[in-house]
Amino acid sequence: MANVTEMEISRRGVMAVGAASAMLAPLPAGAQVPAPKAVPVTMKVSLEVNGTRRDLEVDTRTTLLDVLRENLHLTGTKKGCDHGQCGACTVMAGGKRINSCLSLAVMHQGDEIVTIEGLGTPEKLHPMQAAFIKHDGYQCGYCTPGQICSAVAVLAEIKAGIPSHVTAELTARPMVTGAEMRERMSGNICRCGAYSNIVDAMADVAGADIAGVKA
Amino acid sequence: MKPFTYERAKTPAAAAAAAMRTPGAKFIAGGTNLLDLMKLEIEAPRHLVDVNALKLDKIEATPGGGVRIGALVSNTDLASNTRIRRDYGVLSRAIVAGASGQLRNKATTAGNLLQRTRCPYFYDTNQPCNKRQPGSGCGAIGGYSRQLAVIGTSTKCIATYPGDMAVAMRVLDAQVETVNAAGTVRAIPIAEFHRSPGDTPHIETALAPGELITSVTLPAPIGGSHVYYKVRDRASYAFALVSVAAVVQRDGSGRVAIGGIAPRPWRVAGADAAMGQGAKAVAQPLLAGAKPTEDNAFKLALVERTIGAAIAQARETA
Amino acid sequence: MKFDTRAGTNPIDQLKVIGRATDRIDGPLKTSGTAPYAYERSDVAPGQVYGYVVGSAIAKGRIRSIDLTEAKAAPGVLAIVTAADAGPLGKSKRNTAKLLAGPDIEHYHQALAVVVAETFEQARAAANLVRVDYARGKGRFDLDASKPAAKMPEDEPDKRFGDFEGAFAAAVVKLDARYTTPDQAHAMMEPHATIAAWEGDRLTLWTSNQMIDWAVGDTATTLGIPKENVHIISPYIGGGFGGKLFTRADAVLAALGARAAGRPVKLTLTRPMIFNNTTHRPATRQRIRIGCGRDGKITAIGHESWSGDLPGGQPETAVKQTELLYAGANRLTAMRLSVLDLPEGNAMRAPGEASGLMALEFAMDEMAEKLGMDPVEFRVVNDTQVDPMDPKRPFSQRQLVKCLRDGAAHFGWARRGLPGRVRDGRWLVGMGVAAAFRNNMVQTSAARVRLEQDGTIVVETDMTDIGTGSYTIIGQTAAEMMGVPLDRVVVRLGDSRFPVSAGSGGQWGGNSSTAGVYAACVKLREAIARQLGLDPATAVFAGGKVQDGGRSMPLTRAGALVAEDTIEFDKLSKEYQQSTFGGHFVEVGVHAMTGEIRVRRMLAVCAAGRILNPKSARSQVIGAMTMGAGAALMEELAVDKRFGFFVNHDLAGYEVPVHADIPHQEVIFLDEVDPISSPMKAKGVGELGICGVGAAVANAIYNATGIRVRDYPITLDKLLDRLPQMT
Repeated sequence: MANVTEMEISRRGVMAVGAASAMLAPLPAGAQVPAPKAVPVTMKVSLEVNGTRRDLEVDTRTTLLDVLRENLHLTGTKKGCDHGQCGACTVMAGGKRINSCLSLAVMHQGDEIVTIEGLGTPEKLHPMQAAFIKHDGYQCGYCTPGQICSAVAVLAEIKAGIPSHVTAELTARPMVTGAEMRERMSGNICRCGAYSNIVDAMADVAGADIAGVKA
Repeated sequence: MKPFTYERAKTPAAAAAAAMRTPGAKFIAGGTNLLDLMKLEIEAPRHLVDVNALKLDKIEATPGGGVRIGALVSNTDLASNTRIRRDYGVLSRAIVAGASGQLRNKATTAGNLLQRTRCPYFYDTNQPCNKRQPGSGCGAIGGYSRQLAVIGTSTKCIATYPGDMAVAMRVLDAQVETVNAAGTVRAIPIAEFHRSPGDTPHIETALAPGELITSVTLPAPIGGSHVYYKVRDRASYAFALVSVAAVVQRDGSGRVAIGGIAPRPWRVAGADAAMGQGAKAVAQPLLAGAKPTEDNAFKLALVERTIGAAIAQARETA
Repeated sequence: MKFDTRAGTNPIDQLKVIGRATDRIDGPLKTSGTAPYAYERSDVAPGQVYGYVVGSAIAKGRIRSIDLTEAKAAPGVLAIVTAADAGPLGKSKRNTAKLLAGPDIEHYHQALAVVVAETFEQARAAANLVRVDYARGKGRFDLDASKPAAKMPEDEPDKRFGDFEGAFAAAVVKLDARYTTPDQAHAMMEPHATIAAWEGDRLTLWTSNQMIDWAVGDTATTLGIPKENVHIISPYIGGGFGGKLFTRADAVLAALGARAAGRPVKLTLTRPMIFNNTTHRPATRQRIRIGCGRDGKITAIGHESWSGDLPGGQPETAVKQTELLYAGANRLTAMRLSVLDLPEGNAMRAPGEASGLMALEFAMDEMAEKLGMDPVEFRVVNDTQVDPMDPKRPFSQRQLVKCLRDGAAHFGWARRGLPGRVRDGRWLVGMGVAAAFRNNMVQTSAARVRLEQDGTIVVETDMTDIGTGSYTIIGQTAAEMMGVPLDRVVVRLGDSRFPVSAGSGGQWGGNSSTAGVYAACVKLREAIARQLGLDPATAVFAGGKVQDGGRSMPLTRAGALVAEDTIEFDKLSKEYQQSTFGGHFVEVGVHAMTGEIRVRRMLAVCAAGRILNPKSARSQVIGAMTMGAGAALMEELAVDKRFGFFVNHDLAGYEVPVHADIPHQEVIFLDEVDPISSPMKAKGVGELGICGVGAAVANAIYNATGIRVRDYPITLDKLLDRLPQMT
């Protein structure tokens, strides 16, 4: 359905790229202002990570995810996409699950951060971690910490009455059902495809009727 | 990501002033779209004004019987609010149909209004894009355009406004309240907030430089059955191919706005007038003058069908 | 150990540890976030700095010049390497395109520079200051347009048996249909990542790689250094699916960057770059012709497939299963390969079969309908217990019929309605079936097994665990063989200093690598028995003790001992056709108004030899079913045929299934042991689950709606004009 105008534009588009190729890395729209020499800016920030206060001096560009992984060596929080498209970087900040890749460290001054390492350790697993093992709710393990952080948060969100896309009655309390858990977990991609087992693990922890979840 | 300086603003006017004072400054709230774009250097602010401490995080009644939603109210808090769920269900529904639980916890009301297109050519800095680099051309026209707009486009840009929340706000006749560096406040009707691309697709909203959104107001509730029907390929965590925000009254009259088909939430008076006369009659005025591409022509039929599904659902839940 | 005769009874048959549903031994590390992946090794190579890759902005052409002035002057920058200053680089036969481009560009986002800086933020910012002047060349990006010029691949000649054309022409009932599958991405969750450190001329790479020994050789070839100077460490791998079979740009550029900077370099490919920089499953165009008699017996079957790849690349072998899956006296399979200047095509989970069965099993459904037969019965009628093109060659085991019949009974197949007739509210509901088929390849695999003073058994092999459960089944194998509980076994994987294993690919890893461990354990048992003065032939290893002729001694009395061996497969794999089989059953709902498609139920019944760990094997199958559902419903790398790149190159644009797309999944494993396959009597199961499932989804959509969509993925836009009219 490409009409003549579109065809012309597309040809111009091709040509424009050809010309632009002489100098790539084009200037973004907002950057017409002549830039001064780009020097990194660092700032002090204090975080309360898994119950321990951490005082840091970071580049303002550093994300919460990179502070956890690169500065604090808490590598349980994973970088899967760095753009909020996979959920592998899920942590709790101020009691709420967020994508730590889309948050600057300097914006978390004084915040309580809980990562997978704060939920449990190999010797003392959180019930959700144990349930993931029991139900084989993981394979390669890379999305797993994010899945577990989300799983813990999802059960809390249902309990707190936060509605979801599949909640039938907006004004009623949501229930722990398979559909509710699947919808709320959808921000955590697992390419190995452990979804069915993850929901079983969550149902186990929630004390939900797993037979009902399987339906 | 280019280096930038960072400050935390204490009041809305101070935030606006800080943004005016520093060339290349941007506000940051949730950051879920801005940081995404900064990593790709599609956005390259030299200074960030963090507005999270501005205490614009309340939902309160207005004298006119409506509500005022603070600019910093998170998507989760807005969708969960008892009053919103009861009186403005379409807004709750639209919000929970978007993004993921993690993103909704961080994304704010104002930030969500300002989210930029997901056009893949906008996102790839090697490709031409008039929105990202004015005058460079449009890679999407003649390229891969399945997700992109079918109406309200121009020869310069066929990007879609990707959000859900604003589509519901459009059907609810929301107003966007702002303050500028001089402390002047104004209210912008949501219908005028997002702009059509025309020859300047890089200008996306009615906001002036440095102008800060402080709140969004909704008029008094209009009753009716509230539905947000979002169609996408996968069942969740995806942008709409087509979405329909509808408020349907018992007599079949009502309002409708469409997402996923235009550079802004799409609402046409003729469509509201045709409510009660079937999906085809509603779809027709909405799509008058549509210029789809080969990739996204299916959206025309899908709009009608989704309107049908939304109206059917509204009847069931009435 | 040579495996050249049918396996007799051996200690594995005790099934005290093997065959039992067992929690993964790496579970506590993975669920607590303490399993270290490649980019996370801050405990090694002190002084690590950060690398960032610059990818080509064009698909085909040449670099005229690169201006590094600004980038070099950027804060924190330590080194920048391009092809111009990397020194001579080789190319492994397993890489089609070069891993560092220049001056020629072969595909979009091909790496052309690595920037090394003190911090990640500095390296990323400086990479954006690299200015490249390109001369854009003319590329070939359109598979359909390229078909007339496609050639028969040299090593994949057409296969003919009987008189296909004659028999097809004479057939009473015929189908001649064309199907397409798109380019697909592995999209494993862990991006390709490497830490590289040099000590003199010796290189260590902590990386994410499925095939350690290939990585050693290919890294050495690329860098032009001796193989013995390369040490690869890859104990945890965040998914691969074939995308990490090969040494890729992350490894080579980390090594080059580290050499230039004089510091260890850590580097990951960014998600938006992975889709065009690395490999993908190539698109196919397929034609299937089936001729039958009225009795439903196939008299002629022909399968042709077209695909494209870079110059020197390979075809997607989508016709392979059609050589073996069904009977029929007259047969044709043929592939044609075009030259395309898109990114490199290569193996993705079940290469060949995954795409091929999406077409073949769709065609079988269409043919059954033409014949008026139930699709299950049509497949049953055309079962074969021998290689159809070499009838003297039997299948070692073939329980396809039982998979289908058991599956049908379990799934409630008899309740399937006529196309477009079953409704659940606004949803049209349908069921689909497809056969699953994937060959069982066996590969040489070695292991070292050590008895420690304290009775611990330590297994070392360069086998990898990419989520497959290798750690656990290897531990189970050693525990069974040595007569100790699983928690007395330590398994060490993914290090090139360990004996060379089969590696992870082609679903050969589980069976082959445990067979290698079996061989090493047999040797260790002999050494222990001899040490204790017992007869190795009759000694029984159980409960941490060795017993023979009324004598019983703890293992620990033998002291520390070590044994190493290799399993080598021989003529059995030629005398018998070894394959794995399954039946997929899927129920979908299609919204009658909007065309939204949702999977409601999934069942796979699998026959794949002995199942070593039913828990992790089941996970392999459900994971593959999930990927197959994605292939059927949403996955497609969109090609920009003007600029020659995959446009939707991130995880928002390239949609893979999320939780909400996948219902509870059921898997049934048939009882099967295959003594032809290995001493483990196991076969591969990691890829079987994706084979056929896409067609089962497609067939269910047809049953729900009465609409055939032969172009994958089946998205709602392809249904809209044929859905029921709006009232």
